[in-house]
This record gives sequence, C-alpha cells and structure tokens, in this order.
Amino acid sequence: MEITVKEVDYVARLARLKLSGQEKDVFAGQMASILGYIGQLNTLDTTVVTPTSHALNVSNVMRDDVVRSTDLRQREQLLDNAPERDGDFFRVKKVIE
Amino acid sequence: MNEILGLSAAELAKKIRGKELSSAEVTAAFLDHTTACEPGIHAFVTRLAEDALQQAAVVDGKIKRGESVGALAGVPIAVKDNIMVAGARTTCSSKILENYIAPYDAHIITRLRAADAVFVGKTNLDEFAMGSSTENSAFGVTRNPWNREYIPGGSSGGSAAAVAARMAPLAIGSDTGGSIRQPAACCGVVGFKPTYGRVSRYGLVAFASSLDQIGPFSTTVEDTALLLSAIAGHDAGDSTSVNAPVPDYQAGLSRSIKGLKIGLPKEYFIAGVDREVDTAVKNAIEVFRKLGAEVREISLPHTAYAVAVYYILAPSEASANLARYDGVKYGFRAACDNLLEEYENTRGEGFGGEVKRRIMLGTYALSSGYYDAYYGKAQKVRTLVKQDFDRAFAEVDLIVTPTAPTTAFKIGEKSADPLQMYLSDIFTISCNLAGIPGISMPCGFSGNGLPIGMQMMAAPFAEETILRAGYQYQQQTAWHTKRPPLS
Repeated sequence: MEITVKEVDYVARLARLKLSGQEKDVFAGQMASILGYIGQLNTLDTTVVTPTSHALNVSNVMRDDVVRSTDLRQREQLLDNAPERDGDFFRVKKVIE
Repeated sequence: MNEILGLSAAELAKKIRGKELSSAEVTAAFLDHTTACEPGIHAFVTRLAEDALQQAAVVDGKIKRGESVGALAGVPIAVKDNIMVAGARTTCSSKILENYIAPYDAHIITRLRAADAVFVGKTNLDEFAMGSSTENSAFGVTRNPWNREYIPGGSSGGSAAAVAARMAPLAIGSDTGGSIRQPAACCGVVGFKPTYGRVSRYGLVAFASSLDQIGPFSTTVEDTALLLSAIAGHDAGDSTSVNAPVPDYQAGLSRSIKGLKIGLPKEYFIAGVDREVDTAVKNAIEVFRKLGAEVREISLPHTAYAVAVYYILAPSEASANLARYDGVKYGFRAACDNLLEEYENTRGEGFGGEVKRRIMLGTYALSSGYYDAYYGKAQKVRTLVKQDFDRAFAEVDLIVTPTAPTTAFKIGEKSADPLQMYLSDIFTISCNLAGIPGISMPCGFSGNGLPIGMQMMAAPFAEETILRAGYQYQQQTAWHTKRPPLS
C-alpha cells in the first residue's frame, strides 16, 4: 500500500484542510500503514453480507413539524459564539464573485 | 484524607438527604482536594467551583425546607468536556472550540440537574474524543493518579483520573471505541458504556454518530447503577434514543448470579495479553464460579477484524461530523483573503494532528472510487462482528474479557505510531460496533502498581445483568476500594 503526497494533497483539498509540507509527508506514510492494516478486511468474503449502518433496529424516526419556543437569551448566546457577528447575522467572506 | 472523600456517591446522597452532611461541606471537600492534587494530574479543562458551591447551597436549602430532592441530591459530578453544560466552556480539548460557550444543556445535564447533582468541572479528553491516552488534548496531558509517568487512558482520561483521585465521586464520559472502559481500566475505576440508544446524546459533540454513547464513571457498581438510572431513557432530541422502559438498576443488584452463564471468548485470551492481566481476569472468573455462575469457552471469530472496521467507520463519520468546524458560526477562525483559504486555514490551524489524520483517513475512505472498497466493506464486516455477538448471547448471558491487553503505558510511548495506539483498543471496539453494553471494573494490579481492568459485555439492553454480576463481584473483592497515593 502506497499513498503519494499528490493523493494527500487531493484528499486534503476535499477535506478543506491546510497541511504543511511536513504534515503531508508524515500523513502519507501513516495513512499507507493504517490502510495497509485495514487491507486485512479483504481476506473475508462478504458478497452475501448486508451492511450495518448502525446497531439499532430503528429507522426513519418522525416527529411533527412544529416550532418550539425560542429562548431569546439562548439566541443571543448562539450568535455570540460567532467569530464575527453583525447584529443578528454571521459575517462571512463573499461567497459569489 | 478527609473522610468525605472516601464515601461513595450512594452514601453521600443518603447522608446529605438525611442531613448528616450538607452538600456545601461535601462539595467544598471535593473542591479543596481538587485544588491540592489537580496541578499534578490535570484532570480538568475548566473547573466550575463557584457554580458548584451555588448549586450545593440550593440543594441544602431544599432539604432544609423539607422539599423533595433528586436521587443525586448534592453529590458532586465531573463532566467530560465534549458534553454541553449551559454557560460553561465546551472545548472538546480542541483549539478550534477553545472559547466556545455552551448555549444550552445536553439532555443528560438536564436530567442530572433534575436529580440535584452538583457540577464541579469539565474534564480533559483527547481532542474530539480521538485517542486512547488523553495525550491528544490541546490543553495538556492528564496524568495517571497511580503513577504520573503513565497515561490515564482515553479518550475520557480526565473523567477517569478525577474519580480515581477522588476529585469527584462520579463522572460522565463518552465511549466510541472504548473511551470510557479503557481509561477506567487504566485508572482502576468502574466505567460503563450502555447499549447504543439507551442514553440520549443530545448535547454531546458528535464524533462517530453510529458508535458514540454516554456513560458513567464511579468506584462502585452501585454508584454506576445510581448514575445510569439518572441519565438513561428516551429523549425526542436524539432520534437514535430508544423508547424502551428504564428498569430500576439499583433494585436488582443484590440478586444472586447462581446459574448465570458466562462466556470467555478464546480470541480475547491470546498470547499478546500481558501475563499479569490474563491472570487477574482469570482470578476474577474464579470468583464468579464460586458465586454459582457457569463458565464456558466461546468464540467470537471476527474479533481480529474489529480494529480495521472501526478505523474506517469512525474516521469516515468523523470527517462528516467535523465538517461543521468552518469558522463561520462558532469556534476559531483564521482570517484570510478568500473563503476557501479561510476554511482551509481555520481547520488546518484549529485541529490537532490526530484529528487531522482521522479526517484525512475518513475523507479518503469516502472519496470517489474508494467508497465500496473501504466504507462499504467495513459496514459489511461490522455485520459479521455483530452476528458473532448475536450467536454468543444465544448461548451465554455475559461475556468476560480483559478490558485492554496491557495496563497503562508510559506518556509518549505510543504517540509516534498511530497504528500501535489504535491497537490498544483491540478489546473494547467490538462492543461499540455491535452496540451492546460493556463495563470495565478493577480486578487487580500489575507488579509495578498499575490497575488491571476486566470487561463484561451483555446483550442489547441487558445492562442489569452486567450491573448485577459487577455488584456481586465487588461484594467478594476489595480492588475497588484501593486508592492511589494522593498528595
């Protein structure tokens, strides 16, 4: 199993992660070693096995679409956690040129 | 040592309710002791001493006025710092959430408030609960109270160390691949991961949503039952929370375990296990035999694949869950000229090495062309691991194993080799993959004075079986009464 720095670059861009040159080198080696270990799963024949996405026999939990009361103090705290707040808005960089 | 610190949570609650002790003096005793030993251990990211004393005064007032109080009235409790306590910082031991103030309570915190518990602080963890040693905290490592050169386990290392060092009689942790049980084993306390869905995760910062579960730390199994009763049950705020009745976990503890069928999976008693660990667990099994349990060997044939399955599924889920840390609505932001750079730098500077490594692994496994080979394959092998347990529980009521192949390792020993670190969870991961309940409890010490943990697992929602066996074991043994030297 080999992971190239080019592959690390590609995955880091997908993950929106800026990595240093040194991190890229280290991750390339470590990911190769971990994925190599994970390769042992291929020794199992799973052609007739159904995948498990979680351990419960529960799916599609529904609830009524109702508005619950909003605590104004909580609303303030939510907005206050923003790196940059502008009144009742989150300030971000322009998305569309 | 102040005698208050030696009492269990059940004893403290009884004495506070009976006005033999006030919550104010109990809380002050634990807070003072924490001030004395915290510098050498570093179990907490944030202490909540003032708030705790205020809560204690409120409980004392209720009792004085003869009002009814909850099951944990006035009892101090520490909470892992990935669970929200309104108004307090919730950092996940990450730079990216260093200044994040929780705007609301997690569901279990609401429940604990209703039980009149007193919150003494937020405990240290591996960043975003990713790790087995608490070395991955952005705010410094937690040290094992039994020997400060050693790790306390992880990721809930702060919670385990706090209980072991009597900085709190109870603590809350979270367990995704062993993060409650492995530190409990390393620190010589009881740590319990309930069935997936038994305890609401509303307000727990998500790591791997198909595996995460919240659970208690304590020194006695009676306290585990007490705390689990306070936090278990359905919550509409977590769609994976199961709507099933919660039994009175304390009521059944004293029932005999005569005739209980215990299975020992041969895949957990292998050459890679320390001889001292193997011997301690086998001695514990003799105790169960004397109590009338029937012990037999069983097989969980896919055990060896669990770590590989986990290190695809957990990083994949984490890479999706952690996409929310983009520097927009909360957390750290690295200011840049354009939006894409801002995202990349915020995450690159805000996350630590292990978190980045797992985001990379998860993103790789989910990326176009690799999804079926990695994620799809791991989900299928997860089915095989789960089926092993289904078959075993058709034969036995309880499975007993070592919690970890070794006792705690030295700080720094495994930090350079992630794969070796991942393999320290080899015996705890299957339990999360199968969604079943599991406990770790102290069952001996190594020659160098470090605690040894025994793991017990049962079928989904058979928490009572585990607690009953654990309680009966503690009536026969004294390992849980041992305390590290405290200064």
